[in-house]
Amino acid sequence: MAQLNMVQAINQALGDEMARDDRIVLLGEDIGRDGGVFRVTEGLLERFGAERVLDTPLAESGIVGAAIGMAAYGLRPVAEIQFMGFTYSAFEQLFAHAARLRSRSRGRFSCPLVVRTPYGGGIKAPELHEESTEALFCQSPGLKVVVPSGPYSAKGLLLAALRDPDPVLFLEPTRLYRMFREEVPEGDYTLELGRARLARAGSAVTVVAWGSMLERVLKSVANYDAEVLDLQTLNPFDVEAVLASVSKTGRVVIVHEAARSCGLGAEIAATIAEEAMLQLRAPVLRVTAPDVPVPLAKLMDRYLPTPEQIRAALDEVLQY
Amino acid sequence: MPEEILASFAVKRLSILDPDGKVDAALMPPFSDAELTRMYEAMVLARTFDERAVALQREGRLGTYPPIMGQEAAQVGSALALSPEDWVFPSFREVGVHLTLGYPTVQLLQYWTGDERGQQAPARLNIFPFCVAVASQIPHAVGAALAARYRRDPIAVVAYFGDGATSKGDFHEGFNMAGVFRLPLVFICQNNQWAISVPLKGQTAAASLAQKAIAYGFEGVQVDGNDPFAVYRATRQALDKARSGAGPTFIECLTYRMADHTTADDASRYRPAEEVALWRERDPILRLERFLAGCGLWSEAVGREVRERAAGVIDAAAREMEALPPPALAELFETAVAELSPRQTAQRKGR
Repeated sequence: MAQLNMVQAINQALGDEMARDDRIVLLGEDIGRDGGVFRVTEGLLERFGAERVLDTPLAESGIVGAAIGMAAYGLRPVAEIQFMGFTYSAFEQLFAHAARLRSRSRGRFSCPLVVRTPYGGGIKAPELHEESTEALFCQSPGLKVVVPSGPYSAKGLLLAALRDPDPVLFLEPTRLYRMFREEVPEGDYTLELGRARLARAGSAVTVVAWGSMLERVLKSVANYDAEVLDLQTLNPFDVEAVLASVSKTGRVVIVHEAARSCGLGAEIAATIAEEAMLQLRAPVLRVTAPDVPVPLAKLMDRYLPTPEQIRAALDEVLQY
Repeated sequence: MPEEILASFAVKRLSILDPDGKVDAALMPPFSDAELTRMYEAMVLARTFDERAVALQREGRLGTYPPIMGQEAAQVGSALALSPEDWVFPSFREVGVHLTLGYPTVQLLQYWTGDERGQQAPARLNIFPFCVAVASQIPHAVGAALAARYRRDPIAVVAYFGDGATSKGDFHEGFNMAGVFRLPLVFICQNNQWAISVPLKGQTAAASLAQKAIAYGFEGVQVDGNDPFAVYRATRQALDKARSGAGPTFIECLTYRMADHTTADDASRYRPAEEVALWRERDPILRLERFLAGCGLWSEAVGREVRERAAGVIDAAAREMEALPPPALAELFETAVAELSPRQTAQRKGR
């Protein structure tokens, strides 16, 4: 097995699936000749040609809208939006159309597309390049939201997303793109969407995290008997896995880098309150960014959840 | 260095049938008598559907409905030029297109009662659901055209929209992509001159909507939208051009919304009665009748008979629609996603 970083793993998943399935067509800004602003699609234009790797005009709504038409026609488009902050231009297309086309047409048309976009802070980039507004998209039934936390899960989840019959927003944690390498099998494998992954077994406390925060959580819990769940799919999230872990540990800390209010942590905490209140031995705590706009580089370290904050929350629930 | 002219352009306007029913023989497509009759019947059917839909809404038997009255020539004229394998992306005011393409009348009425089963297009028609979010269907048409070309399918893709749509971002993003990729697309704007209460001059400072295509590198033409022959000719030429790989065309059909924006609107609040009266005289159906009378294909008796037959079709469809059982609760979930999540499954059981 090869040691790959996340960029290489995603590139491999795209290339493998394009070779396997001629319905896969990539479109986006600078994804062809330039290989994408993060080089995720590097070499794919040369390998598959300009008909399957489309450099588009600068038009996020147009890109996602075109992907919807392509998907309805029978292709499996993969749109790249350069940064999550630019998906806001395509919000209407995702919400009003991609997520509803199957329902609006009563099954006559469907929308098997993937929108890939880098998300999350800590890369010293300009405004709107470090957003983490995943919960917004989880409010749209019909749109799956998937977030890998490393090279291995990136390939397996992306291959599953590319084969999913419904639209998938695939969020790639930018900070982790080249942070570390993992063993990534060369062959074909998928990780089922809607399933969380047990990233670390433990029995005293459950930590729920995903994407960019997972690596930080794993580093933070080294000296704790903590079970770490990597949610992987945020919509629909794996309720069963969360409840199973909570019923074992009775203590929960949810970590996300998005702002606290109405973040996905709120949905998870509410679900635990509804379904597992009597198993709880401490309040459910959230470690999140504060409810302020995402800052630029100089204040990013004060914005993102820190290992100290994560450990403080663990101590609080364990000592409750 | 002297200033130089980088680009200059002209915008054509096409008109074949004048308000008195006289045609320009050089431009007139070679219609047979049967085809002319079919065109007339389709326009009357669209008008009849519209009148009945408004009446049903007033009686509380239909929900809010957007009338098409006055736009029958633009809708029927363009739809008659389409081939069954073409893909169509409508807005929400094109029942004349749907009816002409053979979309089930019962389903059209069903949709406007608030029953989404009406949106499930029959397999033989490649027509997208009504699009309520203005202009947002335009990029979908672009994508379908990209896919058709990728598949080497010799088809054309048509997007319908109104004058208001030309102010939206998706219009410009879609047009730009259509031009850049030189796609097999025909954009048909029914410029009915009113986007709810905003008149055309409040929508654009340009002399025509057609000229907006020129900035995107393809042809735009204005046609008399109340002239079904001009609409047909322009659409047919644009479709042939699209299928031959020569790129997109924008057709602006200059017409008029003779009725309210929807049954929930009262257009008398914002537009002068004289203007409406003027356009009533330009009614596309009256104009076609004058022409057909000159050919010996129309008389008061023929008109009455065509209207009665159309009324019979629509009334039968309305009866059939009202006899349908209401959608079952399962409809809420069945097509929401390909496979329900455990939570959705539990929600479905709990309803």
